[in-house]
Amino acid sequence: MKKRSFADIAFTICNSLFMIAFVVITLYPVLNTVAISLNDGIDAVRGNIHLLPRAFTWKNYGTVLRKQNIVTGAYISVARTILGTLIALVANALLSYIVSRKRFMFRSQLSLFWVITMYVNGGMVPILLLYKSLGLTNTFWVYIFPGIIGAFNMLVMRTYMEGLPDALEESAQLDGAGYMTIFVKIISPLCKPIYATVALFVAVGQWNSWFDAMLYNRMKDEYTTLQFELMKLLSSVMQQSGSATNQSTTAVSAVTPTSVRAAATVVTMLPIICLYPFLQRYFVAGLTIGGVKE
Amino acid sequence: MAKSNKKQAITMKEIKRQKFLLIWSAVFVIYGIIFYYVPLGGWIMAFQHYKPKTGLLHSKFVGLDKFKFLFYDDVFLKVIRNTLAMGILTLVATFIMAIAFAILLNEVKSMFAKKAIQTISYLPHFLSWIIVCGILHDALSGSGIVNEVLVGLHILKTPINFFAHPGYFWPIVAFANVWKETGWNAIIYLAAITSIDPCLYEAASIDGGGRWAKIRHITLPGIRPTIMILLIMNIGNVLNTSFEIPYLLGNGLIKSVSDTIDIYVLTWGISQSDYSLGTAAGIFKSIVSIVLILIANSVAKRSGGERLF
Repeated sequence: MKKRSFADIAFTICNSLFMIAFVVITLYPVLNTVAISLNDGIDAVRGNIHLLPRAFTWKNYGTVLRKQNIVTGAYISVARTILGTLIALVANALLSYIVSRKRFMFRSQLSLFWVITMYVNGGMVPILLLYKSLGLTNTFWVYIFPGIIGAFNMLVMRTYMEGLPDALEESAQLDGAGYMTIFVKIISPLCKPIYATVALFVAVGQWNSWFDAMLYNRMKDEYTTLQFELMKLLSSVMQQSGSATNQSTTAVSAVTPTSVRAAATVVTMLPIICLYPFLQRYFVAGLTIGGVKE
Repeated sequence: MAKSNKKQAITMKEIKRQKFLLIWSAVFVIYGIIFYYVPLGGWIMAFQHYKPKTGLLHSKFVGLDKFKFLFYDDVFLKVIRNTLAMGILTLVATFIMAIAFAILLNEVKSMFAKKAIQTISYLPHFLSWIIVCGILHDALSGSGIVNEVLVGLHILKTPINFFAHPGYFWPIVAFANVWKETGWNAIIYLAAITSIDPCLYEAASIDGGGRWAKIRHITLPGIRPTIMILLIMNIGNVLNTSFEIPYLLGNGLIKSVSDTIDIYVLTWGISQSDYSLGTAAGIFKSIVSIVLILIANSVAKRSGGERLF
């Protein structure tokens, strides 16, 4: 080994400092939110809470969990995430299977049909009118039906399936297996990693989505979602800070104390934060396959 | 686009054999037509004085009146400016940060630190915009951490309300996107870096190249194709990046810089039920996006690099 030069050491130090700053800036706001959510509401107004609560209490979570809308929202969010992910996974897998069959007669046409949808869309107003005329507005199903197929997910899965050896399909066909059997018994078991990736993408999208609840189900409290409830809490605070008056007094008069809002935020982000580290290798692999090759 | 090797004759036998594929293709096409292509038919509304009562077939056609109205509307022109400004600022900032982060993370020698930093870096991507905007609002408020640090370092004398001054809004939007997506966007670059031939680095070491030299002459050229493809893909999305934050954090004081095309559509097309005007603004957005992608693609083609199609 050569002796390390001065420039090399300087680089290492600067890089380490950069990485530390990056980690602090990424984590601090999240940890701060957790600390505030565990702090007494009135005490939190004084500010200056950083990584640890000053007056510890679970009370804010109790307040959050007693709000009828938030409980309903949690049920709906869980339901749409599970149902939406399952349906989208099966549909995208089947579509990708079809467009990755080398002998399928409309292969490239079907691919193009879906790729176009990535770049052109009708826009907010025609889509709203369509959902209205289909009777989807003011129902739970508006969370499920519109997002069943995603062209990006299809591309990621298609690329993965095209990478599997053709011999698998051919030998199964010699044994008399039809396309359905090959899909269920041969291709799908090999696609578990990419299925996990796409399931994660869809699930995160479902869990975090708020715009559809606001636009299509605003009047229906029974179909509210966790994110939409959180949005209502946020916008009630926003209206006050937009009014240019002294900022630091906002929290005192706010409809919802900062600490309760923090608790609602933690409830909303907890499931995903607990889940994603375990799925890391799947989405890293999935993104790499889908992103680089396409 | 993948091409089938040999065009085969469509025989009855083949159709029968592919029955499963054909039936499900038909289902997916019908689904796609309903949810993606029918709304395009709604574009007719932009050329009509559309009223829900008379419907698409019997509303009066007004030609390009709605578009003329848009381009004579000062508000709409401002909205275009804001959308483009926030989109481009965000694109540039997130792009540079993701590449820089990927390269610098690759230089971290401890495997454990590398893994840990990477896992942490993904976290914000999984938070919804609602949560990110809430965090942003708290961090930038008068008693928030940003003011606290700035006052503590004597950069500021008194805390400022970041959401009351128009000048801060665009940088805030760009920063929020950088915060949320840097780690996530870096995934692809990190993968591209790993696929660079290690021999190149060894050769550079023998020639006495330092780490900066290696980054500049090996790593960056090595991930250039990836950068180009992602750039083209993202340019088409420039107009889509600026909806959530302006919608959630915009307020009366900074409306003139925070309102974007999507907010315009939401206000006029949906809340005020001027469907024709809302559709026209939406069409304008779609067309600009497609034009941007085509321009980016042809520039990439001309410069001899990677391209999307």
